Amino acid sequence: MDKTIPDLATAVAGIEDGMVVMIGGFGGSGAPIELIHALIDRFRATGHPKDLTVVNNNAGNGHVGLAALIEQGMVKKLICSFPRSADPVVFTELYQAGKIELELVPQGTLAERIRAGGAGIPAFYTPTSFGTDLAKGKPVEEFEGRSYVRERWLKADVALVKAHLGDRLGNLTYRMAARNFNPLMCMAAAKTIVQVSQIVEPGAIDPETVVTPGIFVQGVVQVANPAQEEDLNRAKAVYPEVAQ
Amino acid sequence: MTAKLSPTQMAWRAAQDIEDGAYVNLGIGFPEMVAKFQPPGKQAIFHTENGILGFGEAPKPGEEDWDLINAGKKAVTIKPGTAFFHHADSFAMVRGGHLDVAILGAYEVAETGDLANWSTGPKGVPAVGGAMDLVHGAKRVAVITDHVTKDGKPKLLQRCSLPLTGVGCVTRVYSSLAVIDIQDGHFVLREKLPGLGLDDLQALTGATLHVEGDIGDLNVPEL
Repeated sequence: MDKTIPDLATAVAGIEDGMVVMIGGFGGSGAPIELIHALIDRFRATGHPKDLTVVNNNAGNGHVGLAALIEQGMVKKLICSFPRSADPVVFTELYQAGKIELELVPQGTLAERIRAGGAGIPAFYTPTSFGTDLAKGKPVEEFEGRSYVRERWLKADVALVKAHLGDRLGNLTYRMAARNFNPLMCMAAAKTIVQVSQIVEPGAIDPETVVTPGIFVQGVVQVANPAQEEDLNRAKAVYPEVAQ
Repeated sequence: MTAKLSPTQMAWRAAQDIEDGAYVNLGIGFPEMVAKFQPPGKQAIFHTENGILGFGEAPKPGEEDWDLINAGKKAVTIKPGTAFFHHADSFAMVRGGHLDVAILGAYEVAETGDLANWSTGPKGVPAVGGAMDLVHGAKRVAVITDHVTKDGKPKLLQRCSLPLTGVGCVTRVYSSLAVIDIQDGHFVLREKLPGLGLDDLQALTGATLHVEGDIGDLNVPEL
């Protein structure tokens, strides 16, 4: 078994119009910038994929990564908890112009919906959002004297994820707080594509330290020295760069 | 007499109530300052929604590692005992009753314990983050807030007018003028700035302040 993929273009080749795409990361930490940029390259070359529904905690920052994907007009709907950032101009303008849909989900509910999607649990009850606007229209049930809101699982056609080490079986480790939503999204997508800083031989990752077991991963591509969104934004980077 | 406490002073006061060894989540903004004012001998363990327990202070400029940030997307550091985990575990800690204290900001707080701190109405882009999760599960949910709005209107009310973050969730308010508990649907005044009259404080509060026993002086050092 070998889940390694030779290059980024091949890694994103199977993503089609209208798919639900989970993109890992919390702000810039754990965001698979290079996979996102490869998807933008494909769209600019072929006009596809478009009309994507993207699941991420945020709505991108500046003009790189998720913000660039949105700026290209590839995203029809965003499911997220916090579509604000230091520089949220791309999403804000499209949203206020009515050109992108938003499904706002409390952060813990978003995480649990993704986990449930990966775990085969179609719905669950949470105290979060009870009595608020975000619970409108959702079934409520009382357990031990407290009210809970029913929330549904969230699944995806594809997950784009960033990890640190990966082997050819798809076993993954993450780096510090770049873990965040990434292991959950690996579970919840029909096809999970992971960019790792280094592909290592099976056995090089201590089985005790594997965070995502390879069963949740379909493809691994190496991106040594991945870019950090924060550094790109401090350098005022724009993707794709304006043609000379 | 201090006319009112600064956000830093409110954070100092809130920090005095955190027990040694408590697991604490601090909301983005003013509440983050609470970590700086832990009393000597009391060490809390701080939780951030994006998957760190027991993180350390901000690094020096230029030494940031952008894989190591807090929920406000600011760079933090690790220290002995730090633990990383994914988002589902992080919010299991929140909703599952494992946190001792959550300290949040507020637009409005009602005497019922209702909190509004995520939306100022239909204008703009709505964003909720972890606020609606954090108000559930922590054993104590406290709020740090100016006692009145910039226009001088009360922020402590009978009922919130803005969209709610949670129902009946706040247990204590550290305001710029007073420390107030929420018990059985009432505001109960615990401390007020020395020199501030009870009638004057009541006039700045949108619901009745109940008094049980002595009212302490809210004495906070200049910071």
